[in-house]
Amino acid sequence: MQNSKLGLDFQKVAHAKNVARNIADDVQKFVDQYTTVAVERTLCRLLGIDGIDANTVPLPNVLVDEIKDKGVLNQGILFFIGNAILETGMNPQEIAEKVAENQLDLTTLPIHQPEEIKRALQPYVEASIQRISERRNKKQHYLNTIGEGPKPYLYVIVATGNIYEDVVQAQAAARQGADIIAVIRTTGQSLLDYVPYGATTEGFGGTFATQENFRIMRKALDEVSEEVGRYIRLCNYCSGLCMPEIAAMGALEGLDVMLNDALYGILFRDINMQRTLVDQFMSRVINGFAGVIINTGEDNYLTTADAVEQAHTVLASDLINEQLALLAGLKEEQMGLGHAFEMDPALENGFLLELAQAQMIREIFPKATLKYMPPTKFMTGNIFRGHIQDALFNMIGIWTSQGIQLLGMPTEAIHTPFMSDRYLSIENAKYIFGNMKNIGDEVEFKKDGIIQKRAQEVLDNAISLLESIEREGLFTALEKGIFADVKRPKNGGKGLEGVAAKGQHYYNPFIELMLTNH
Amino acid sequence: MSGGLYSTEKRDFDLTLDLKKIKPYGDTMNDGKTQLSFTLPVPAGEEAIEAAKQLMKKMGFENPLVVYHKELTEGYTFFNCYGSCTHTVDYTSIHVPKVEGTKWDMKETDDFIRENIGRPLIVVGASTGTDAHTVGIDAIMNMKGFAGHYGLERYDMIDAHNLGSQVPNEEFIAKAIELKADALLVSQTVTQKDVHIKNMIELVEMLEAEGLRDKVILACGGPRISHELAKELGYDAGFGMNTYADDVASFIAQEFVRRKNK
Repeated sequence: MQNSKLGLDFQKVAHAKNVARNIADDVQKFVDQYTTVAVERTLCRLLGIDGIDANTVPLPNVLVDEIKDKGVLNQGILFFIGNAILETGMNPQEIAEKVAENQLDLTTLPIHQPEEIKRALQPYVEASIQRISERRNKKQHYLNTIGEGPKPYLYVIVATGNIYEDVVQAQAAARQGADIIAVIRTTGQSLLDYVPYGATTEGFGGTFATQENFRIMRKALDEVSEEVGRYIRLCNYCSGLCMPEIAAMGALEGLDVMLNDALYGILFRDINMQRTLVDQFMSRVINGFAGVIINTGEDNYLTTADAVEQAHTVLASDLINEQLALLAGLKEEQMGLGHAFEMDPALENGFLLELAQAQMIREIFPKATLKYMPPTKFMTGNIFRGHIQDALFNMIGIWTSQGIQLLGMPTEAIHTPFMSDRYLSIENAKYIFGNMKNIGDEVEFKKDGIIQKRAQEVLDNAISLLESIEREGLFTALEKGIFADVKRPKNGGKGLEGVAAKGQHYYNPFIELMLTNH
Repeated sequence: MSGGLYSTEKRDFDLTLDLKKIKPYGDTMNDGKTQLSFTLPVPAGEEAIEAAKQLMKKMGFENPLVVYHKELTEGYTFFNCYGSCTHTVDYTSIHVPKVEGTKWDMKETDDFIRENIGRPLIVVGASTGTDAHTVGIDAIMNMKGFAGHYGLERYDMIDAHNLGSQVPNEEFIAKAIELKADALLVSQTVTQKDVHIKNMIELVEMLEAEGLRDKVILACGGPRISHELAKELGYDAGFGMNTYADDVASFIAQEFVRRKNK
């Protein structure tokens, strides 16, 4: 039996996980029956299809739009590509180029037997699995030889809009001590139903996620990793309408961390819930196989809802995200379940409540690489107080052994970080992490004191919430606005037209291969 | 730094406050003391420090002092500096456009609407364009509000509709027509490369094209928004940092009655 500093009842925790499992199983029953345009484009990318047509439309979109327009999205793109390989003798890339030039109609070719189609696809499927495995091995080799920084990993963002400028900023941050570099995406990318192509130098509030940009940044980080003698991880965003496609691109290019939440797009981007739940499964299967640490977005709930009143919704969502991730083959160590330090600084004993919650999340998910978010909502432009708020946040990070510490910047709410802001933040974290290194081993909490009671209360509330979601189902719960005070209709939001129930010819071998070949 | 704890500089400047010639205040009137920090794209060293001092002199600082410097990465050095500002400003001649009217609390605004309008005002708000941030519009509209200031949803006499983020201008206008909005609130948080300006101008132009501009009260808000900028772009009011639902609600109520009585 695990020991709790908070007096948590682990039978209650086990019950909470069971309830969350039932909720996730119910969602999975739905997910298994459907596919989406994003999932099908992902399969194109995994077969090695890349590039754009004369109108700069990515070839995966050309192919998938083609079968969608012909009303046969439900049969899946692999069926048509496999069939076209047999009929034309061309490889998937050549087939895509012919379709883009209107010289080939996938849907009017004579249809071959399913077993033949599977055999035709097999070499391309195996090559893809092989390439991702090699990327993963390369990362493992780095970790075995040059190693990594201690946890909590220091996570900073770069967001210049220009991938080449991002490289300068990222390498500087690594030299200053950062362990994870996140390249923030340009605003609005989550709502694009395609992934832009090539290296990009223009963006708003961030840089486009493209496969070429991934490659450029990973290469730059490999260089700086060797220089500083510490493996530097690269993070991007597997969210929005292209969730699984970005996962595939990341897996092919060796990304290490991906924002990848089952519910975030529904709540904060108004993406249709059916679309996102189907997409998240495929994206997580890929992330699981590629050895990527996923970060979930519960911290965002507290930017809209109140951090004291709604703390239990964060825990409940973490529990659901954990079960959905387990179903997609992610190991617990790959789960960067999210939570945040977001209480009003004017709140008396707010630090104690934050400490209680962070310790509670640590104990409930003992193996997870927890992702801890810094203050954002109450950062005011007073950079001097902001630096102290971030210091308190850092104290809790080291005290409760968080996995990934997203460093707060004193200039949060003013601008995307300057090079010097990142330096000040890393210095702040390193000072506190060193100076308070073993405080968690030394200090215990008073029995039935403020801290213990707070944690127990949040767990109890999360359990009642999970039980009510279990009764109604997750879809209905989201319609009622259970998370972050946001209500979303099952048939509303963006992207529903890209969802289809799988038809009789539907074929996607990647899920099984990736789930069994870990 | 070897100046010690106590300032021994000779004070050969006028110590009396003159509002026609104000300058920064450190611990003595007219000392001009200012702190600033910046990064120069050069390696650390004596030359870098000298460069920082010369730059400060060009900015109008006397006695520039580099108290800390650190090479952030090869070829980039960060400085913390102090200096005495030589420039002055005539405070007495300053005029800043402000949102007209009195700021009331929720009850006062509700009472005012009840007595002078007699029905709830319909307010539609969104973070428009590609902007994904809801924090601003939520702070103004959500029931709970922000920093102890209740949001518009809590007002008895305001019918508030928060459309959330990334709402295209077309959709925003369609919703305004459908709900018969009296006032529109636009929140803009992302301001990189002036993306917010283009988006805000587009909304005004579209409202004018639809013949709606004069029929609604149009306000905008965000950390980089000022009332002056808002007026320039064709909005009725702009709400920047440290403004809350109270400011917005009192303005809308008073502006509505002002227009009605015209």
